[in-house]
Amino acid sequence: MSFEPLAAEVAIPLIPQIVHPNSAALPSVGEPTIEKETHAEEELDLPWQVVVHNDPVNLMSYVTMVFQRVFGYPRDKAERHMLEVHHKGRSILWSGLREPAELYVQQLHGYLLLATIEKIF
Amino acid sequence: MEIRRRKNQIEISELDPFLAELLRQIPASANTQGALAAEQRIFSAPTNGNETELCAEWKMYVEPELRRLFQSATQTVGSDLEQLNSNEKSLANRTLRIPTKHADAWLSALNQARLVIAAKNNFTELELNDHLRSPIGSRRDLSLFQVNFYGFLQEFILRELDC
Repeated sequence: MSFEPLAAEVAIPLIPQIVHPNSAALPSVGEPTIEKETHAEEELDLPWQVVVHNDPVNLMSYVTMVFQRVFGYPRDKAERHMLEVHHKGRSILWSGLREPAELYVQQLHGYLLLATIEKIF
Repeated sequence: MEIRRRKNQIEISELDPFLAELLRQIPASANTQGALAAEQRIFSAPTNGNETELCAEWKMYVEPELRRLFQSATQTVGSDLEQLNSNEKSLANRTLRIPTKHADAWLSALNQARLVIAAKNNFTELELNDHLRSPIGSRRDLSLFQVNFYGFLQEFILRELDC
């Protein structure tokens, strides 16, 4: 019986070859090119976080279901966040760009959860 | 009262007139009109108050959408509840059949009603967790019972969705 190696077992050399700086083998590179680094507006806008706050009315099972649906989290991760909200008063569910953060908060409000978007300073 | 899943329906049978009336009250209980605390809870702010521009935009564009979403859920529930208005004797037990495709609308309407009742009565966390409180001796007790009864239905629907 033969086994196909698992993808993770296939070793790929990632270390680049190191060449001595004075090596004669180096090709002429000429003047260095200065690249202007630009950032998209969204990149500069980073990061925002989606926070869910404790609410004594919403059922724990309901909150867990909402986290699974909105963020696609597996049940155990959704439960961990739910318990954090319950015990600590709040939990950070997601962080990233402002626009998707707003959309997440809108969805959470659609499920009647207390959620806010906060900028990380 | 008995509650069970039957194919594509959730069936609540042996509903006595009192519980049937509590169910009929769901759409009315979810109404925030005239109760600022309830309105603020259902349409909560998207920030902690430090993003005034975002809050203003939210009020203008998101809130109307959420209002439509919530109304649509209570309308679906209201139409399901019409089964309870049959011509049977007023004191007879009733049966309510909820199509499972309406489960999300029921979860939303029950949640709206629970949040609005809790906000109007300013229930504390201690009161909300006191599930053994009895008997119903005041309007406030009745409201608390209503919140717990709706919560029980939510739990059942959630369990069914999980299956």
